[in-house]
Amino acid sequence: MTGISRRDMGRLALAAAAAVPATARAQTAPSGPPIRIGYSMSLSGGLAPNGRPALTAHKIWAEDVNAKGGLLGRPVELVNYDDQSSGAQVPGIYTKLIDVDKVDLVVSGYATAIIAPAMPVVMQRNMCFVSLFGTGVNTDFKYDRYFSVNCTGSQVKETFAKGFMDIAMSMDPRPRTIALVNLDSDFHQRTAESARFLAKERGLRVVYDRAYPPSTVDFGPIMRAVAAARPDIVFAGSYPPDTAGLLRAASEQRVNFQMMGGPMIGPHATAQKLQLGPILNNLVVWDVYAPEPTLQFPGTKELIDRYQPIAARENTDALGYYVPPMAYAQMQVLEQAVRRVGKIDQAALAADMHANQFDTVIGPLRFDAMGEWTEERNLYTQYQGVQGNGIEQFKRTGTQVVLYPARYKSGELRKPFTAGA
Amino acid sequence: MSDTTLPAVKLAAPRRMGHGTFWLASAAVALLVILALRGIGSEYAYFAATFVLQYVVLATAWNILGGYTGYVNFGAAAFFATGAYATVAFGKALGLGLLPCIGMAAIVGGALGFGTGVLTLRLRGAYFAIATLCLSVVLETIVVNWSYVGGSRGAYVMRPREVPWPFDTYSGFLCAVLVVLAAASVAIARTIEKSRLGLGLAALRDDEAAAEAAGVPTLRLKLVATSISGAMMAVAGAPLPYLGSYIEPASAFGLAYAVNAIAMPLIGGTSSWAGPLIGAVLLSSLQQAATVTISSAGNLMIVGVVLVVFVCAAPHGIIGLFRGRR
Amino acid sequence: MDPDLVLLLNGIVSGLLLGGLYAAAAAGLSVSFGMLDVVNIAHPAFMVLGAILVALLWGATGIDPLILSILLTPAFWALGAALYVAYHHFFERRGDEAIQGLAFFFGIMFIIEVGLVLTVGPDQHFADASYANTTWRMGEVDLPLRMLVPALVALSAIAGLSVFLRRTFIGRAIAAVAQDREALRLLAINPTRIKRLAFGISIAFAALAGGALVVVQPVDAWSGHVFIGRVFAIVIMGGLSSLGGCVLAALAFGVVENVTATFYGPSWSPAVAFGCLLLVLAIRPQGLFGRAA
Repeated sequence: MTGISRRDMGRLALAAAAAVPATARAQTAPSGPPIRIGYSMSLSGGLAPNGRPALTAHKIWAEDVNAKGGLLGRPVELVNYDDQSSGAQVPGIYTKLIDVDKVDLVVSGYATAIIAPAMPVVMQRNMCFVSLFGTGVNTDFKYDRYFSVNCTGSQVKETFAKGFMDIAMSMDPRPRTIALVNLDSDFHQRTAESARFLAKERGLRVVYDRAYPPSTVDFGPIMRAVAAARPDIVFAGSYPPDTAGLLRAASEQRVNFQMMGGPMIGPHATAQKLQLGPILNNLVVWDVYAPEPTLQFPGTKELIDRYQPIAARENTDALGYYVPPMAYAQMQVLEQAVRRVGKIDQAALAADMHANQFDTVIGPLRFDAMGEWTEERNLYTQYQGVQGNGIEQFKRTGTQVVLYPARYKSGELRKPFTAGA
Repeated sequence: MSDTTLPAVKLAAPRRMGHGTFWLASAAVALLVILALRGIGSEYAYFAATFVLQYVVLATAWNILGGYTGYVNFGAAAFFATGAYATVAFGKALGLGLLPCIGMAAIVGGALGFGTGVLTLRLRGAYFAIATLCLSVVLETIVVNWSYVGGSRGAYVMRPREVPWPFDTYSGFLCAVLVVLAAASVAIARTIEKSRLGLGLAALRDDEAAAEAAGVPTLRLKLVATSISGAMMAVAGAPLPYLGSYIEPASAFGLAYAVNAIAMPLIGGTSSWAGPLIGAVLLSSLQQAATVTISSAGNLMIVGVVLVVFVCAAPHGIIGLFRGRR
Repeated sequence: MDPDLVLLLNGIVSGLLLGGLYAAAAAGLSVSFGMLDVVNIAHPAFMVLGAILVALLWGATGIDPLILSILLTPAFWALGAALYVAYHHFFERRGDEAIQGLAFFFGIMFIIEVGLVLTVGPDQHFADASYANTTWRMGEVDLPLRMLVPALVALSAIAGLSVFLRRTFIGRAIAAVAQDREALRLLAINPTRIKRLAFGISIAFAALAGGALVVVQPVDAWSGHVFIGRVFAIVIMGGLSSLGGCVLAALAFGVVENVTATFYGPSWSPAVAFGCLLLVLAIRPQGLFGRAA
């Protein structure tokens, strides 16, 4: 069902509503004072490449909700400011949103560095807070109205690298050595910690374990040192600028590892998929979504189809597989809670969010006491059969198959990883 | 011949207000500002004021080394972040609250300033500026690799649950602390400017070789200036972790602090204590307003454009415009 | 061959190649900061501007990025000359270079960066050179063309510049203006015109460096930040008015960074490199190859 036919449905329902008792849910145009949802979003600065698609997904959500009659019969309105990817701006923005703009609800911006500074403000006002892509934010705050739309769950150390290790240990012959290389950043320090912990548990010997700073220009020496340690498998964590560097260096040095991958954020952005092309083959990448048949939930395809033309116009991430589904889900959580509770009551909303399951475009979700998902959903996917640098192959199924978890598995592991050689 | 004698020549420049009087005046203004903000009672007003005052302290501190002494410091962010991380480290190690941490930050910042001075003793002009930039990189690398303060994961600093009497919220308390710090820093800057130390620094700024030849202890004065400036810049950064409860190296060492620390005194006027104050209030209010109105990357564009326009059109800042060339 | 020795050799070779890139970035600054005493902190921003323009043009035409950057040099030369006219008018004439001049370029840097973000967006841009996927091998040593070609092009351009400065009349005038402005006037040469030409050359070099940069890695509007400290460090370490010193310092910088990364881990590379600079400044401020002030 596309947006157009939903509106047609709306008009039909409008006609029908006239003949239906008033107690039935009327799909009329939303009316009354808007429900204002406030937040900061990174539209400029280092986080913007993900912040902008998030905002686009939010806008699509708002349109969808208003087309279906609004929330509690009232239209929703998004009130946001650009935090310029700087955590220092965030407390001020949220203070203004709550005190001056008097928004009804708040959600978070994108990424831990933007979510965390908003917490004291939000906590002081006892508001519900649904966050996006934040890891471990609530560990120190212990706020009971915090909800995290982030697939890593609350036991990052024990579970993040589990998928990677499970896939690796299922190989024949079993690997015995592992190399860990990661960017020095909050997210990747945590994921590396998980890999270290699980490697020890599975009896893998760690032959290389280093982090590199964001200002690194040349990844040759790093890749070479990794290869010189002769690991069977490599667990790497990086962000887009360095992912490209690492993989290029790997390709130039003609590496040959049984398996390589991990939270190498980079191919998640369409531009990198296109640039790296065949170098991605057999890379096992942590992801949150892939256009595979096993990962289709109600509304997912529609969202992607609506998102892509907008992205082309606005010059943001073209495919939209990484951030938009999660951002849309973030708003769906808020929406479904408000519908169930029937009013804007922060305490009731929080109680509802803790108690119930949410059906979102990324699947069913439940939150635990600290607001993380009860069940982590770290996907491990593998790029297979990439040829050349075209974009169409990435829209088809089978290019990025899901290897873990088992219930979403859509393909088999291919080895070794040779960076496209 | 009459019994007239020449009146004794005063060595210090004549001033309109004594040091003590100015300190009292600053204290009074500070109290008024705190009461006014309390009267408004808006959290956002507290935050905006804190944002502006933080820059008042930073800009005033920078100006002691930059404007009075003529040594351009590109590494203001390093000292600022040092103060912030001093709060994190001492808070974690000794459980100290905000106020003692500010004191510790001053000590650490002063030591760092002293060290910088020693390391750059023979450097002048652009060399000194580049050296401070390198210092910033080295410090950031150290902090990123120091897991005790969180390294690249950042550090969480929880606000205490009890708000000190007589403030209504913790933000109000933070804001008041910064008002006091800002008033103190402006008063310190004026005291330096109008004292013998200030005269010595001015001599250094105008012509270092001539000053040395005239017997001004340039090396010692330079060390004093870098230490005081460093201590004050660290004090500006000390409350930062409490503002957002979270800091991480990338934003604490951010270029925005370095640029603003230079732009604000330049726009206001570097030769007087009032310059950084005016420049900081103007530029940071403009930035804060832009953040919540036009709200985009254009905010940073404003800093760049205003800076360029001002240095071209009003090279001695706003103060220079009013007083004519100094 | 002993594996550690192989690592060391490769570390040194890759460091030299990286140093070639740094030399490209620093050469222009060596002219503007080293010879003309203009502290152009926006130099890396110009490099990024060139890199993004090259990436966009490559996307549209498919011509090799380095060739595109060479084609851009006249435009950048003109830009540099115009910028210098403004700088001279507002600052040098008044003798305000010290702080105001610095701040001017700081402002220019911000304007360029934010302007880039507002026009081309925050995402990364890349340009694939046709040789970017090839690696030559000399025994155990790898020479990725992605690094080798830009390094060679940059070094030849620098060699050309060096010849220009030494053999041509204008070139010698530029070198002379660095030493004694007034003497130049006595020879009926307008020093301002010479400096304008020279500053234009320095920005034109930034365009070339931008082309080299985009071949090596994808760039976005803030890519210049990691280079600011490095290029100034290199120019100072090499001794201000010495192009040869600048190249040697750049190569040394690259080797130190890469060898440190190989053996001690990359997280300490920046500190080691800048630590070296601080030491040089503390002990021998005129740089390794400069003349005593």
